[in-house]
Amino acid sequence: MAEAAKNIVLHIADVHKSFGGLHALADVDLAVEEGKTHAIIGPNGAGKSTLLNVIVGKLEPTRGKVVLDGELLTGKKPHEINQMGVARVFQTPEIFPELSVLDNVMISAFAKRDGAFKLNIMNSLESETDIQEKARKIIIDFGLDKQINEHSGALSRGHKRRLELAMCLIQEPRLLLLDEPTAGMSRHDTSTTIDLLKEIKSTGMTIVIIEHDMHVVFSVADKVSVLAGGRIIAEGSPEEIRASEKVKKAYLGEAQ
Amino acid sequence: MEAIILQIMNGLDKGSAYALIALGLTLIFGTLGVVNFAHGALFMIGAFCAVTLNKILNLGYVTIDPTQTDFLGNPLKVKIPYVYNIFGENIGNIIIDWSVPLAILITIPIMVIIGVIMERGLIRHFYKRPHADQILVTFGLAIVLQEIIKYFYGANPIPTPAPEAFSGTFDFGKMIGLKAHSIIYPYWRMIYFIFAAVIITAIFVFLKFTTFGMVVRAGMVDRETVEILGINIDKRFTIMFGIAAAVAGLAGLMYAPIISPNYHMGMDFLVISFVVVVVGGMGSLPGAVLAGFLLGMLESFASMSVVLNILPGLNQIIVYLVAIIILLVRPRGLMGRKGVMED
Amino acid sequence: MFKLEKKDAILLLIVALMLIFAPFILNPFPENSGLAQFNAGYPDLMQRFVFFGIFAIGFNILFGLTGYLSFGHAIFLGVGSYAAIWVMKLLTMNILLAIIVAIIISGLAALVIGWISLRRSGIYFSIITLAFAMMSFALAYSVLTPITGGETGLQPKVTDPRILDSALLAGDTPKANLFGLDMTATYNWQVGDWVFTFNVGYYVAAILMFLCFYLSIRIFSSPFGMMLRAIKSNQQRMNYSGLNSKPYTLAAFVISGMYAGLAGGLMVAMDTQVGPERMFWTASGEVVVMTILGGAGTLVGPFLGAGLIKYMENIISKINVGVLHDWFYWLPDWLENFVVTIIYPFVGKGWNLTLGVIFMLVVIFIPGGLVEGIRRIINWFVKRKNISASREITDSDNMQQAGEIQQAGEEAASRGKNNG
Repeated sequence: MAEAAKNIVLHIADVHKSFGGLHALADVDLAVEEGKTHAIIGPNGAGKSTLLNVIVGKLEPTRGKVVLDGELLTGKKPHEINQMGVARVFQTPEIFPELSVLDNVMISAFAKRDGAFKLNIMNSLESETDIQEKARKIIIDFGLDKQINEHSGALSRGHKRRLELAMCLIQEPRLLLLDEPTAGMSRHDTSTTIDLLKEIKSTGMTIVIIEHDMHVVFSVADKVSVLAGGRIIAEGSPEEIRASEKVKKAYLGEAQ
Repeated sequence: MEAIILQIMNGLDKGSAYALIALGLTLIFGTLGVVNFAHGALFMIGAFCAVTLNKILNLGYVTIDPTQTDFLGNPLKVKIPYVYNIFGENIGNIIIDWSVPLAILITIPIMVIIGVIMERGLIRHFYKRPHADQILVTFGLAIVLQEIIKYFYGANPIPTPAPEAFSGTFDFGKMIGLKAHSIIYPYWRMIYFIFAAVIITAIFVFLKFTTFGMVVRAGMVDRETVEILGINIDKRFTIMFGIAAAVAGLAGLMYAPIISPNYHMGMDFLVISFVVVVVGGMGSLPGAVLAGFLLGMLESFASMSVVLNILPGLNQIIVYLVAIIILLVRPRGLMGRKGVMED
Repeated sequence: MFKLEKKDAILLLIVALMLIFAPFILNPFPENSGLAQFNAGYPDLMQRFVFFGIFAIGFNILFGLTGYLSFGHAIFLGVGSYAAIWVMKLLTMNILLAIIVAIIISGLAALVIGWISLRRSGIYFSIITLAFAMMSFALAYSVLTPITGGETGLQPKVTDPRILDSALLAGDTPKANLFGLDMTATYNWQVGDWVFTFNVGYYVAAILMFLCFYLSIRIFSSPFGMMLRAIKSNQQRMNYSGLNSKPYTLAAFVISGMYAGLAGGLMVAMDTQVGPERMFWTASGEVVVMTILGGAGTLVGPFLGAGLIKYMENIISKINVGVLHDWFYWLPDWLENFVVTIIYPFVGKGWNLTLGVIFMLVVIFIPGGLVEGIRRIINWFVKRKNISASREITDSDNMQQAGEIQQAGEEAASRGKNNG
């Protein structure tokens, strides 16, 4: 197919998900191209989070499959899917609040190097110089060097978000999933986050972003899919979506 | 047929006790989100309320009865309980005889007060702390309560008789039209079961049909929303804790004639009651009751000599075995809600 | 030293010195003085410090790091003990083999029980382990009597096969030994009024405890230890970071089970007997109490907690009314009686009450246990010292210098907080 030529990283094929009688997702087809940022938007309850949970393996689709670089993700557990190269950022940052910023990042780095489980008691953390250096470098890149030894639970929300992104990116993922990365943020934090996302994008990272804030979407997305009632009702470039009557209706329908 | 009915009935009294304790545990857990390791201690304190009242009523002074002589021919020394002086000998005797049921009157206020003090004074400070801390502090409290009782009452079980009228057995088999003498059952155990059934029904009716109960149930499901409505849910939850304590106390009190209270009975029952709660499904009131009776009966079936001949000691492990199996195949328990206590 | 950070190496050295000089440290009072009853330097008690120290250090690897609160760890203490006694009955009285087998068998038991229990977390996990504890006790007490000796328990007999040992002479009792070294051998050293006791069994156990402590330090400072902390902190993030938390918790469970098995095996190596009460659920509760009291998640806390509880158990339970009256004889009679009446419920047989009260106070006010308590006191002193120092200088109108010292003091205080 023509799609293959464009090098599809993530392919969601004919995915259905129903809870009892409720169809949260129906006939969802989605292809995310390499190096592109693909935004998924839609009104509340449209199935965005369900779709994300299907990708990362938290939920299993009732029908259909999710494929990453030709490998089937469906039926695998979250940690296996991460090991295959899918990193996820949560709506409220999920970090290890009791541990220091450095430890948080190191844990991610260990997961990348040692796999899902390794009984590594022969080395002390201090003697793991490679991992230490790698972690320190990315912490500096993300502007968290001042907080490096602080308990990450004490960070501001914006800093927690940065930390979570650093934890994802140290794993050099094939695909980065962002679940409303600016939700609940101040205008200032939002705009710095947009800059950060643009920077990540410029490294050639493939990104799927779920976002409410249209400003964010139109700043970073290359392609937008609109989800409503569990179905994709429109797909196209940000400009096309902005102009689409169908999309306006779906959003207005929510507002009424 | 008779054998089966007999075993079912033999499981009733223990099952009732399990169900009552588990019901209280679930109420506390459902309303306050706290796992109360001191709940068994409340059961034990209830039983010791009966012991105490029995002892108080039997307090008396010794006089010499000139009309009687002992075997040496001397005038007989007799002990006259003080209640005789107040109510006369006949009524006094009845009062002493009925000390266990009478203790209900003092037990309810005592247990409610203990429960409210426990919640306001201690457990309230642990709502925001990890569940492990809640377990630990109530575990510590259980040790303390148990040791206090041990200090005052000693380590030996204290026989506490049921009223004379209910101390014997009756032929249940004949009553329901089966062979005579096939099912001989003690009166008091039957009364215990009926008592438990009444309390359980009362709790369910209370929760279902009173405004108070409805608010509490709503709070169990979604505390925040209820608070937004301007209802002081804290106060109601405190009262629920008092009620749960009273239920545990009454369960223990009425159990006194069956077991002869000792200081560690609380812990013995608590461990099984936890198993009951987990099997029934954390947070489910009907589940707690159902599982309580089921496990009580299971235990009694496992202690049949037919079974013990094949698998000696099965009666001592059956409850735990079943609990572990149920948790493996049905992790949320028999009637558990989704997502309760998942982390 | 031993691939350790300096701070950890110092800690290990302190523990080593404490273990070596325990017979002196624990016997500070002359033999004939009235305070001699507070001496704890006799073999039986010193050994118990070590057994429960090992038990608690192992339990801490599970509870302190992962936060999984097991109420069934005495199972592995018991399994280790039964395994060791069977080795002594069937194979040899050499404790080395008994201990190795104890560790392996209890590790296997922990693997099975852990695999089942760890399918759930939180309170469910605690209750399942509690159910296992009750069940194991019932099994040992009655169901498996042929293997466990039921209520009376087991001990090596002259008539046991012991195929690796040479036959005993008639009338000889089987003695636990390490390649011929008798565990009960004891040397008393009298210095003036003091008597110090050196016991072979204690030192053998102490060496093992030292190794256990060393391993625990290694685990705490390893990537594996960090993963265990991550489990406690946020399992969701762990899974989405590509880590499988199940095998990590199971590994921690099995390691702590093996520590318990070692402790159980050692108990048998020293007193050559075992009974089912060793795995009663209260024994599991005891190790929980020890760990919390000392400080869960800290390195030395569990060891301190175990020592404190075993010391109090032995010493406080010896105090009776007579002793109390002896202590307070200098008070007026009515006050003496009053004080004795107040204290009496907490001593002697009532020592569990004292334990319960202390335990509750610790959980309520210092959840970090003794270690956190000590740390707080030190911080408080450091702060006070700095404040008073800065005040003096302010008086001499040297404001700038004062500011610097204050700053340095605050830094020291915060460093103390981070390091401890």
